[in-house]
Amino acid sequence: MHKLLTDNPGEKMLLLGNEAIARGAIEAGVAFTSTYPGTPSSEITLNFFQMSQESDLYFEYSTNEKVALEVSAAAANCGVRSMAVMKHVGLNVAADALMTLAYVGVKAGLVVLSADDPFMFSSQNEQDNRYYAKLSGLPMLEPSSVPEAMEMLPYAFDLSEQLQEPVLFRTTTRINHSSGFVTLGKIRERRTKGEFTKDPLNLVTVPAVSRNLHVKLLKNIDAARGIAESSPYNFIDGSGRLGIICNGVSYNYVSDALKDLGAADRIKVLRIGFSHPLPEALIKDFLQGCEKVLVVEEGEPYMEEAVKAFAQEAQLTVPIRGKSKELFSRLYEYDPAMVKGNIAAYFDIPWEPKTAVDASDVPAIPQRPPTLCAGCSHRATFYEVRKAAEALGVETIYPTDIGCYTLGLLPPLSAADFLICMGSSVGTAGGFSKVTDKKVIAFIGDSTFFHAGVAGLVNAVFNNHDLTLVILDNGTTAMTGHQPHPGVDMQRLNLDGYGQVSIEAVVRAVGASHVTVIKPYKVKKSIEAIKEAITHKGVSVIISQEVCALYARVLKLPKRKPFQITDRCKNRRDCMSDLACPAFYVWNERIKIDPVLCTGCALCAQICPENAISPLKKKKETV
Amino acid sequence: MDVTRVIIVAVGGQGNLLASSVLGEAALLAGMPMQMSEIHGMAQRGGVVESALIFGEARSTIISDGEADLLVGFEPAETLRAVQKCNADSVVITNLAPLMPFTVNIGKGVYPDLAQLQDLIRKKTARLIAFNAAKLANEAGNPLAVNMVLLGALTQVDILPFSVDNVKEAMGRKTKQQFLESNLKAFDLGFRAAEQAG
Repeated sequence: MHKLLTDNPGEKMLLLGNEAIARGAIEAGVAFTSTYPGTPSSEITLNFFQMSQESDLYFEYSTNEKVALEVSAAAANCGVRSMAVMKHVGLNVAADALMTLAYVGVKAGLVVLSADDPFMFSSQNEQDNRYYAKLSGLPMLEPSSVPEAMEMLPYAFDLSEQLQEPVLFRTTTRINHSSGFVTLGKIRERRTKGEFTKDPLNLVTVPAVSRNLHVKLLKNIDAARGIAESSPYNFIDGSGRLGIICNGVSYNYVSDALKDLGAADRIKVLRIGFSHPLPEALIKDFLQGCEKVLVVEEGEPYMEEAVKAFAQEAQLTVPIRGKSKELFSRLYEYDPAMVKGNIAAYFDIPWEPKTAVDASDVPAIPQRPPTLCAGCSHRATFYEVRKAAEALGVETIYPTDIGCYTLGLLPPLSAADFLICMGSSVGTAGGFSKVTDKKVIAFIGDSTFFHAGVAGLVNAVFNNHDLTLVILDNGTTAMTGHQPHPGVDMQRLNLDGYGQVSIEAVVRAVGASHVTVIKPYKVKKSIEAIKEAITHKGVSVIISQEVCALYARVLKLPKRKPFQITDRCKNRRDCMSDLACPAFYVWNERIKIDPVLCTGCALCAQICPENAISPLKKKKETV
Repeated sequence: MDVTRVIIVAVGGQGNLLASSVLGEAALLAGMPMQMSEIHGMAQRGGVVESALIFGEARSTIISDGEADLLVGFEPAETLRAVQKCNADSVVITNLAPLMPFTVNIGKGVYPDLAQLQDLIRKKTARLIAFNAAKLANEAGNPLAVNMVLLGALTQVDILPFSVDNVKEAMGRKTKQQFLESNLKAFDLGFRAAEQAG
């Protein structure tokens, strides 16, 4: 049985934050779950996916976050507890649905989880999604720890049902990817089937309806504020004439700092876990007795600005500080020593920081940047596109997209020139093609194509853009851990009950005037096909099909023989300088291939001018 | 109880996260509070994986520069890269078997000299325990057990207040049964290596 389905209240477990969140939802009786995968949220729904295979929990990988929210919104409007999970930028995609769903509301609990990523460990921006709560008018909850995240989920579902509207649940990477001990609670019964009651005057948002629904939403915000005032997740630690207001993981750094500084008796702390609407009366009351207040929050000054406004209303002149050059930054994530230092500085507390060792005499250590794997089919496609463009003597612009292949940005492949969001490769390609004379070749992955690329392709066909779209179809959502997408044959995973959407059929149906499917490990043929596509005027599409090298191992596909460099090698090093596959290494001034890393893709063997790379005779052996 | 902060650094695939979860499980068995966090965004693609483990009554799940009591490096250059997590009182344990960064293989960077690397760490911290953990893992019959060798060494230095039995029981719970014997052997070899390092 899946460990998160363990029905043993009181049992202690060590769980990853994302496991604890999934367990919290299960304890809340969630019955319908959906997502588009995105770090740092992905393990939440990996666990839902696994649990759905051995229980009556419904889970789906939706095409994108907007669809994920829509399916869950419908389920929740039929009285089924639902949860839509996404990373912070995913909520941008789902925002259209969210903003008006806030008017319509729900019948059963709906929790929308947004996993924010301060410092951008694996994201393109570090937007602070607390503003989505303010923008939509929906309540927001933010845990500070792994066990709190778990226990907050049943509360979130109850709150959603009490207010009859979705609840936003915001985590940051340091909640999702921290681990801690949790004590399992009772699992509430799942209600997997619901009932839809027709009520168009409340559920169909034509203007006349929405004018009423907006009134309802504003009333709900007042009701939610009332609940936030006495929520157990907004609480005060300690007492004193000095105050700190904080949220999320910042609360941990503040608590530890006050202990280390011996200041817990002088500084009181207001921890905000129910952060929209903010508990106005509670905050005003907290400010009343304070001589000086510090707001500690990663990201934007969301609370700071509100707290200052509350102080103005309460006619308080207490100094309130947070974001400033001297104190906290809006950039990146915080850490315990930094928070401690700022608290000490702001409240004039003497403190001797632990001195980090002086690393100024440490020699430069070679970087270990993430790189395309040995045998990654994207490397082959990038190489072939570059060679085809070179052969034709065309200057190129390479808009790219979000996935492993973004790593094609690095030399020697250098196949990425512009990226803003999911699907932007094909959309921006159209703009580049209209205003420059360069050949525009856009790259997009298979999962990303379904997520946000189809509309861009339709646009390109309709507006007659002159571009080549290369769809890198490696048969999985590789970057986030090999989740399926609509193009995946689920039978291969021994899972029944799924359809399958052919990328080629979609592309042809959209009306791209030149469509070719290539096998990127066939180098010459692929280069010829790409040359043809590049020469074509209008929208041409190349679908480059080869399974992800890591996923091939998961699927236990037959292994190819690894390759070696023979003594025919004249040390020209085209393999190294053009491909830079991580299976290569230099030994005694010669290039060698690590047989453990080599997947036998034969890309290097096909480009070697000396024909000096051939398969090893023996089966794989370890070095 | 004092708070003890441990950083483990490794290259993707070296089993850092498994080693961390064994320590977490051992803390659970010993009834000791523990928090940990990990950064493993692109571990499978050759990047660095860092875990922070905080034992005792603390809420933070990450460790600032200068605040680690113990740094365990599964790869020597990564140990050196993380040395700013240490202060003059920190203890450092490192494997001495390098995994060449790809940037070195393509001639974009020079791998640090191992003798100089050890001198630098020794000079800056209270104690360095350095040995070839890959060799010991091979000796244990499981080349992938570098993580368990270092777990043995970490347990020997007695910075964490739980017993060898706690850790071994946690290994039984968290590692695959078929590898348990070789893992336990690797653990013992690492424990002894740290003992001999004095």
